[in-house]
Amino acid sequence: MSDVEVTRSGIRNATPGRDALIGNAGGRPGKRGEKPVVPDAEFRSYYGRPVIKAPVWKTLDIGGYLFCGGLAGSSSVLGAVADLTDRPTLRRACRVGSAAALALGMTGLVHDLGRPRRALNMLRVAKPSSPMNTGSWLLTAYAPMAGAAAAAEMLPDRWRKGAAGRRLLSTARPAGLAAAVLGSVVSTYTGVLVSDTAVPAWHEGHREMPYLFAASAASTAAGLGLLAADPAETVPARRLAVASAVAEVAATRLLERRVGLAAAAYREGRAGRSGRAATALTVAGTAVGAAFGGRNRPAAAGAGLALLAGGLLRRFAVMQAGRQSAEDPAQTVEPQRARLSEHA
Amino acid sequence: MVVDGSTTPDPAGQVGWAGHPERVGFFTDTSICIGCKACEVACKEWNLVPDDILPLSAMSYDNTRQLSANTWRHVEFVEQKRSLGHQEPGVTSPPLPRSTTVDLGMPSFGRPGAQDGAAERGSEFRWLMASDVCKHCTHAACLDVCPTGALFRTEFGTVVVQEDICNGCGYCVPACPYGVIDKREDDGRVWKCTLCYDRLGDGLEPACAKACPTESIQFGPLDELRERAQLRVDQLRDAGVSSARLYGEDPDDGVGGTGAFFLLLDEPEVYGFPPDPKVTTRDLPSMWRHALVAAGAILAGVAASAIGASFGGRFDGR
Repeated sequence: MSDVEVTRSGIRNATPGRDALIGNAGGRPGKRGEKPVVPDAEFRSYYGRPVIKAPVWKTLDIGGYLFCGGLAGSSSVLGAVADLTDRPTLRRACRVGSAAALALGMTGLVHDLGRPRRALNMLRVAKPSSPMNTGSWLLTAYAPMAGAAAAAEMLPDRWRKGAAGRRLLSTARPAGLAAAVLGSVVSTYTGVLVSDTAVPAWHEGHREMPYLFAASAASTAAGLGLLAADPAETVPARRLAVASAVAEVAATRLLERRVGLAAAAYREGRAGRSGRAATALTVAGTAVGAAFGGRNRPAAAGAGLALLAGGLLRRFAVMQAGRQSAEDPAQTVEPQRARLSEHA
Repeated sequence: MVVDGSTTPDPAGQVGWAGHPERVGFFTDTSICIGCKACEVACKEWNLVPDDILPLSAMSYDNTRQLSANTWRHVEFVEQKRSLGHQEPGVTSPPLPRSTTVDLGMPSFGRPGAQDGAAERGSEFRWLMASDVCKHCTHAACLDVCPTGALFRTEFGTVVVQEDICNGCGYCVPACPYGVIDKREDDGRVWKCTLCYDRLGDGLEPACAKACPTESIQFGPLDELRERAQLRVDQLRDAGVSSARLYGEDPDDGVGGTGAFFLLLDEPEVYGFPPDPKVTTRDLPSMWRHALVAAGAILAGVAASAIGASFGGRFDGR
């Protein structure tokens, strides 16, 4: 809410854009009844106020969840592949990291609710028209699988011989494979979640957003592998880092081109700074990881941390871009105006 | 979808209300709104909506600013240098006896144009006043995206939040193409106009329509309102108000037409309305297709990075 003050020296903190209001589209004085052939070039709004409401999601909670969910889901995929290709330290890092990230991300989800005690109301209906509802069911299926795979890794030695321990160990691979399949969707459905809104920077990019989120998620999973696994086992992580960095940069470019006027939301202000830092960290982490990650443990860990930080900043950038986009009435009105004059 | 040859969509029937009453809504004729804000007050009083802190906005007489969790009717004030067709009073009043007043330094209110003689030429100034409200869309994005089912379609075809179910996830807030629904921060849940669901059940009209002194806010069956609105817009155009147009009455628009529609005297964006709103869930199938392809790409990409890596690993691994 703006805080306009009327002082002796005039109005302070006046709402910007209020002067743009006074216009005369739809007919000019003296030529009553004549409709302009060309729509007004000047952009008009109600005192420069936003048309839509900005997302109320907290950046740390929901931006953090987008990051954690992507990291968890893609790590499950990488963990399953490590399991099948006999890379035990990579498998362990991915399975444990995945469950930890999931727990952290879901904590953020519940914390962001206005009524956290009603979190389970998410499961009182099955509603395909709501990506948040679909996502809740997806997490309900995914979390036990990721949890079982992680629990098998964490099992203390003295319990491994018992009947329950043996059963848990034998379910680790099937659970890990199920977690991989579900986790791949956990990594990308969040692109649908944010795109299914009226926010121009999100909705207009609904074709590209899932790919951006997929690339960013894969990049962070590769980062986790580089950070926590034996460098000798990180070949898949390094290759994944390279492929996902290329995909992430390409998807970001495509997204910014597709959203038209709303591209400004990704380039300006805090969103722009976060986005540029995310790209720099991801590219640097990938380069260092690819060059030195196979031999040098500290270099691999540094590269992994850079990839993880880049992924977190990427999600923060998307969250912030959504807020900036919603607050700019031109981004809502002008594409709609253009659409109308196309059809007219 | 179509009931009895009517062109009004039937959202209540579509969600399974059998034998439901007629779809009702608002027709807000802004050409006769006088900006008294009785609707805002009546709404707050009836629905026990909390107070807003209202610092001066410097937006004409509008210190309410926007629809929000605590404002379900919002009267807008737009000042324009433009005459309103055939509504000039054509009356000249004698100048006030200035000598009898003492100047207290207060802002003065003359008739617009009185000082520069414009009143005699016919005023080149007009107010646009409009009472904004939830549109109760035929295809409501807030309802579509609500993950708990707290938002639901009533038997009257309106959209209402069930406050005992809403968990304050906030998804509906950026989903609404009109920026209507909002989260009440100290309460945690979302709130918006219910079209006085409690009053409708008792056969009463909503509080705002009841309070409106000029019938600018008209309540009734949507079919009837649309007929009335068409007559009114024709009447205004015949009278020379060429900028009069209906907003939200078209069942073929991006939200399937709204349950609360308007007669406007300028472009929708001048009132803070989106000129061509679309329900975001229209593109949902396409979004899911892309998400599933992207998920497949992760699976394929990770698998590819490991296949052959057992070969490559021997070289760059150790």
